[in-house]
Amino acid sequence: MKSAVITFPGSNCDRDMDVALKKFGFKNKMVWHADAELPKSDLVVLPGGFSYGDYLRCGSMASKSKIMQSVINFANSGGMVMGVCNGFQILVETGLVPGVLLRNKYLEFICKNIFVKINDKQNKYFKNINIEVLKFHIAHNEGNYFCTNDQLKEIEDNNQIAINYCDENGKIEDQFNPNGSIKNIAGIFNKEKNVLGMMPHPERMIDISLSGEDGSLFFKNLINNLK
Amino acid sequence: MKISVIITLKKDVLDPQGKVIHQTLDGMGFDDVNEIRQGKYFEIDTKETDNDKAKAKVEEMCKKLLANLVIENYKIIDPK
Repeated sequence: MKSAVITFPGSNCDRDMDVALKKFGFKNKMVWHADAELPKSDLVVLPGGFSYGDYLRCGSMASKSKIMQSVINFANSGGMVMGVCNGFQILVETGLVPGVLLRNKYLEFICKNIFVKINDKQNKYFKNINIEVLKFHIAHNEGNYFCTNDQLKEIEDNNQIAINYCDENGKIEDQFNPNGSIKNIAGIFNKEKNVLGMMPHPERMIDISLSGEDGSLFFKNLINNLK
Repeated sequence: MKISVIITLKKDVLDPQGKVIHQTLDGMGFDDVNEIRQGKYFEIDTKETDNDKAKAKVEEMCKKLLANLVIENYKIIDPK
């Protein structure tokens, strides 16, 4: 399985993502934002970081970069595109997934482990995963998911919510919502579910001695689903 | 020609920064403020000399980059 990680000026989780993808069997290539062509890939990842210093709105500049037209075409033709953290912010700015990510409700940068409950397994990201609640890491200032009421209705009707913030038992409540996101949304799909944007970093949970291994479960499952 | 654009948050969108500014002003004794909403202001100096054409281009800039229409409104100030 081949993957590609796009590096934007200011990306800082691109190499972590590279390590994670390779660890679980992907042949990964790093792609510079100013390139026009994507290498042949089964998965394209927009990594976390602070592309363009978060100028204007997080992800807004990166969403207009040269490589993104190829990424958008790839996604629109059914290609698997995953955006993590700043990558999620870039995805919403391209319009590939609905909504926006606002400043966290309590105006603080949040950096901690959280739990998310998988809402939908009818997709290549979570199909067959043998777990309901994942322990992931978040580190963001703008992760407060927001969309219009009409968009929310459409998202719910199409079952596009991927993961929700919850407690370790999978209980989705206000008190387990770290950033004020509507409906505790931590990750969301496009309508066809080949594009996934999420705030948590699975690539930070791939080593039991460092952090945890729920990211390992995620990546192992993902590569099996793509085979 | 110089054209200005004001970007404001739509009314249903939470503005925690505006809220904190409001609270701070309140603490400073400005206690008659009802609400504060924070926005953005741009000054665009364009080579275009035709008013209508310049405005049309700036409108396109707003829609494509300067504003995110899910949460923001834009207002173009007439060039002088």
